[in-house]
Amino acid sequence: MTTATPSVDRGAPTRARYGSMRRDRQWALRWSYFFLVLFAIFFLLPPIYMLITSLKTSAEISAATNPWWVFSPTLENYVELLTTDTYLIFFRNSAMVSIIVVTITMLISVPAAFALSRMKFWGSATLATGVFLTYLVPETLLFIPLFKIFVEFRNLTGIELINNWWVLLILYPTLTVPFCTWIMIGYFASIPKELDEAALLDGATWMQTLTKVFIPVALPGLIAATIFAFTVSWAQFLYPLAFTTSTDQLVLPVGIVTTLIKGDVFNWGQIMTGALLGAAPPLIIYAFLMDYYIAGLTSGATKG
Amino acid sequence: MAEVSLQKLVKRFDEVEAVAGIDLAIADQEFVVLVGPSGCGKSTTLRMIAGLEDITAGDIRIGGDVINDVPPKDRDIAMVFQNYALYPHMTVAENMSFGLRLKRFPKAEIRQRVDEAARILNITDLLERKPRQLSGGQRQRVAMGRAIVRHPKVFLFDEPLSNLDAKLRVQMRTEIKRVHQKVPVTTVYVTHDQVEAMTLADRVVVMNNGLIEQVDAPNVLYHSPATRFVAGFIGSPAMNFLPCQLEQNADALTLHLSDEIRLPLPAARTERYRPHVGRPLLFGLRPEHLTEVRPHANGGDMAELSATPDVVEPMGMETLVYFSINGEEVCARLDPVAGPQVDQPIGLAANLAHMHLIDPDTDRVL
Repeated sequence: MTTATPSVDRGAPTRARYGSMRRDRQWALRWSYFFLVLFAIFFLLPPIYMLITSLKTSAEISAATNPWWVFSPTLENYVELLTTDTYLIFFRNSAMVSIIVVTITMLISVPAAFALSRMKFWGSATLATGVFLTYLVPETLLFIPLFKIFVEFRNLTGIELINNWWVLLILYPTLTVPFCTWIMIGYFASIPKELDEAALLDGATWMQTLTKVFIPVALPGLIAATIFAFTVSWAQFLYPLAFTTSTDQLVLPVGIVTTLIKGDVFNWGQIMTGALLGAAPPLIIYAFLMDYYIAGLTSGATKG
Repeated sequence: MAEVSLQKLVKRFDEVEAVAGIDLAIADQEFVVLVGPSGCGKSTTLRMIAGLEDITAGDIRIGGDVINDVPPKDRDIAMVFQNYALYPHMTVAENMSFGLRLKRFPKAEIRQRVDEAARILNITDLLERKPRQLSGGQRQRVAMGRAIVRHPKVFLFDEPLSNLDAKLRVQMRTEIKRVHQKVPVTTVYVTHDQVEAMTLADRVVVMNNGLIEQVDAPNVLYHSPATRFVAGFIGSPAMNFLPCQLEQNADALTLHLSDEIRLPLPAARTERYRPHVGRPLLFGLRPEHLTEVRPHANGGDMAELSATPDVVEPMGMETLVYFSINGEEVCARLDPVAGPQVDQPIGLAANLAHMHLIDPDTDRVL
């Protein structure tokens, strides 16, 4: 009897422990799903509301009916917006600014990140930190001094920067270059040092090492940085609001707000349609490059 | 001709002196292995030859020309790295031909050189694969192929087998030796594995604390070490070291290890060791020279002693026996037939023809 008791005792907790581990995991999963669904609903509600509203007439929007249901769906808002010159100009300006800014950003930040992570020179570590600190200064602090600088610049040279869409090509990289450089430094740092030493011994110059070895190897990181730069440029609101005013110089986010809100009249149907159409390009890019984006971001985060 | 010579070579990292002024002359087509514990300066020396580290002081010559300030790509050397360093986005053929393509060699010649190297290394059917589709051993072959196609003056190997498992390491060791016989290029090979050093090298360079302890052929190094460090570093299990004193006994000399153990020195060594009588010394003897008593052994140099094993390790072809003399652990290599048992005294024979005496003040072998 005395010998049997301990063996039973030993067996019981073992089973319970295995069982409880499985139960713990199940509960963890349930809670994860619960919060994930909650999150998804929370973040998807606004776009769904935008879609619903964009399919309604102005009369239905202002009517006291269920706001989450379309009783007489119409594409009127879409047709009207897409046949309006101003909206197409905003779209074109946004596309031009974003594409050029992404190009400028990549041309600066990739070589910069390569130099900061790989070429030994005096002060490179301080410089790398400096680049990151630049990113930490919010644009809300910067736009007034920048405005002042541009005015001084005009007084000195006679060249007007303000109220030209291309001034955004100077402004946006102040946001995108530091962050993309930082992402790429992290990504390049995860590439083994021997790889550039091997290239060096194979006879590659620094530029060839960058273009023929580093860029192909770091492609996921490069794509992540590109997506980031595009998203920032596409969605930027403060700088274009402060620096551009004429209708033909506006970009999408500011254009929608300034032209579709007339005084205290909110043209909700078109605002929602415009915003929805405006959100489409980044969404499409994300959908295609999501895997690369995640691989790039996580790699940059853990290494370097 | 591609002799490599290092003269008064120094490398300092801030306060740390990694290489403390070494001189070394490597002959054309010679296979030299730099061996030593971690941090002894062997890899730094190799990287300075490659041009991947700047030189603090001294000269490096390849083929007679000082190359201190020549960039790596113009030194006409090829290096094989520990982690292979293959370009992951290129196929094997592209990896091997990368250097030649950068130098704008004609396509036909590139093709011919890659095919030739692939044939030597048995990787012809892997040429279109990417590195991630290869095993560790195959990757290391590709890394060697990348070096071979360049037809360099000097091959540099930086611990190329350290990432492989034990069995593959032995295979690749043979492979490297075979490749060197087929493509006899001056080779500098760095490893911390003494077996690799002994099996591959024409000459082994033993380094310690940024200095060269000894440069010699593997067998000379093993049988006639110059310093205590070399004696202890080369050979496994390591050489036994015991404090001792020499005593004058009429014309003969006696080795005093403890009050119980006094061994008569072989007559051939008497004159060599006579000046050191009475001084504290260190006695060195390899485990294989401490065996069970064998009836037909050469009596003149054999001295018998008795020991009680603390640990017995059967290895199959031999049995290692550990015991202590005056608190110092001693290892003996016995024939398994002798059947040593823990705590049962056995008679041992020390072959003093192979003994070493070390001056503890200078750590040099007398």
